[in-house]
Amino acid sequence: MSSKVYKSAAAAMDGLCFDGMTVMAGGFGLCGIPENLIAALRDSGAQNITAISNNAGVDGFGLGLLLETRQIKKMVSSYVGENKEFERQFLAGELELEFNPQGTLAERIRAGGAGIPGFYTKTGVGTVIADGKPTMFFDGEEFIMETGLKADVALVKAWRGDTQGNLQFNKTARNFNPMMATAGKVTVVEVDELVELGELDANYVHTPGIFVQRIVQAKCEKRIEKVTTRERS
Amino acid sequence: MAKETGWTRDDMAKRAAQELKDGFYVNLGIGIPTLVANHIPDGVDVTLQSENGMLGMGPFPYADEVDPDLINAGKQTITELRRSSYFNSADSFAMIRGGHIDISILGAMEISEGGDIANWMIPGKMVKGMGGAMDLVAGVKRCVAVMDHTNRAGASKFLPKCTLPLTGRNCIDMVITDLGVFSRGEGETRFRVTELAPGVAMDEVKAKTEADLVWG
Repeated sequence: MSSKVYKSAAAAMDGLCFDGMTVMAGGFGLCGIPENLIAALRDSGAQNITAISNNAGVDGFGLGLLLETRQIKKMVSSYVGENKEFERQFLAGELELEFNPQGTLAERIRAGGAGIPGFYTKTGVGTVIADGKPTMFFDGEEFIMETGLKADVALVKAWRGDTQGNLQFNKTARNFNPMMATAGKVTVVEVDELVELGELDANYVHTPGIFVQRIVQAKCEKRIEKVTTRERS
Repeated sequence: MAKETGWTRDDMAKRAAQELKDGFYVNLGIGIPTLVANHIPDGVDVTLQSENGMLGMGPFPYADEVDPDLINAGKQTITELRRSSYFNSADSFAMIRGGHIDISILGAMEISEGGDIANWMIPGKMVKGMGGAMDLVAGVKRCVAVMDHTNRAGASKFLPKCTLPLTGRNCIDMVITDLGVFSRGEGETRFRVTELAPGVAMDEVKAKTEADLVWG
């Protein structure tokens, strides 16, 4: 019987990485990023990558690793403000950048995974985001067309997953991960905890295993960008 | 820090909080809007949305409660409440784009007299990205912008037309600045001066405003 379970992040990425590939990577900031799979992608040496991810990591962590090694040709993101190496490469003209409003990005990925090639949205009407895009009026209001997004490989971070690839996410580490799982030609998932069939309550599966081709249990550092606390009074 | 005339950042946040009504679902932007959460009026129960995937945002954690899997849209660690729920980014923006969020309070760099807002980009300087701002101004039922009335050079930020790239067109319902409150009702195209901050005279507002408003 074929298995979806791999022993290491490197093994899970083996044979999937190539020059010019398009990759999706889940996460919001550093929360819920597939940090081991990103490191394995770096180690594969693949060049000229188009990376679709809400953010670009930070210097030296997350997708910042792939920026340091110049493996990324183009980023598709909604916010990249936390990364100095990104800024340097972008201002030097070494990196292409396509900004998408965050909700448009999420919906493009959802649509891509659901076989929907395009959709209309109000977001960005009258802004540079609308430049060159077809528009349509519905009930007298203007909307712009956005297209669905797919990737050669989607890198996903989940909390728990079983050997069939059924997944549960933890708190706000869910973010873009479930949509990206649907939009990869191959979806590779790293989980905090890999469990046997039957251990996840089927009623509380967030992503069904049909969307997942490879799964690996890996220990995450889970770096926090802005630790913010209050004092006990 | 008290100002002799006009409102401080905290005063502006306090005034913005008066726009929150009982039962509202609310999205607060970064900066002054974040301070609004400290001024929610007594008897008003609201649920805060964080667009990275949470409704019912709780306070910052105690040091021993910090959870890397639980952050807000400003990437700060937070906590959950008994009412909280988590969801993915597509569901989060279905709430925002689908018109289910009652009010968005957000910062601005420029507002136009027609209700356009610019708050995401300054050409030639580093461009950080719009994040969820374009979705919020396009989709949320009511948008309140909070900003200083003038820039550091003293020039009006309330303009006939925005000079910076827009975040959204004709989407702002109320503007709160250090000088006062400017609002327009459903279907009204122009803003009227509805409140002056303490010690601020109408003539001062007129002198510091380039936008064409309904005065008085």
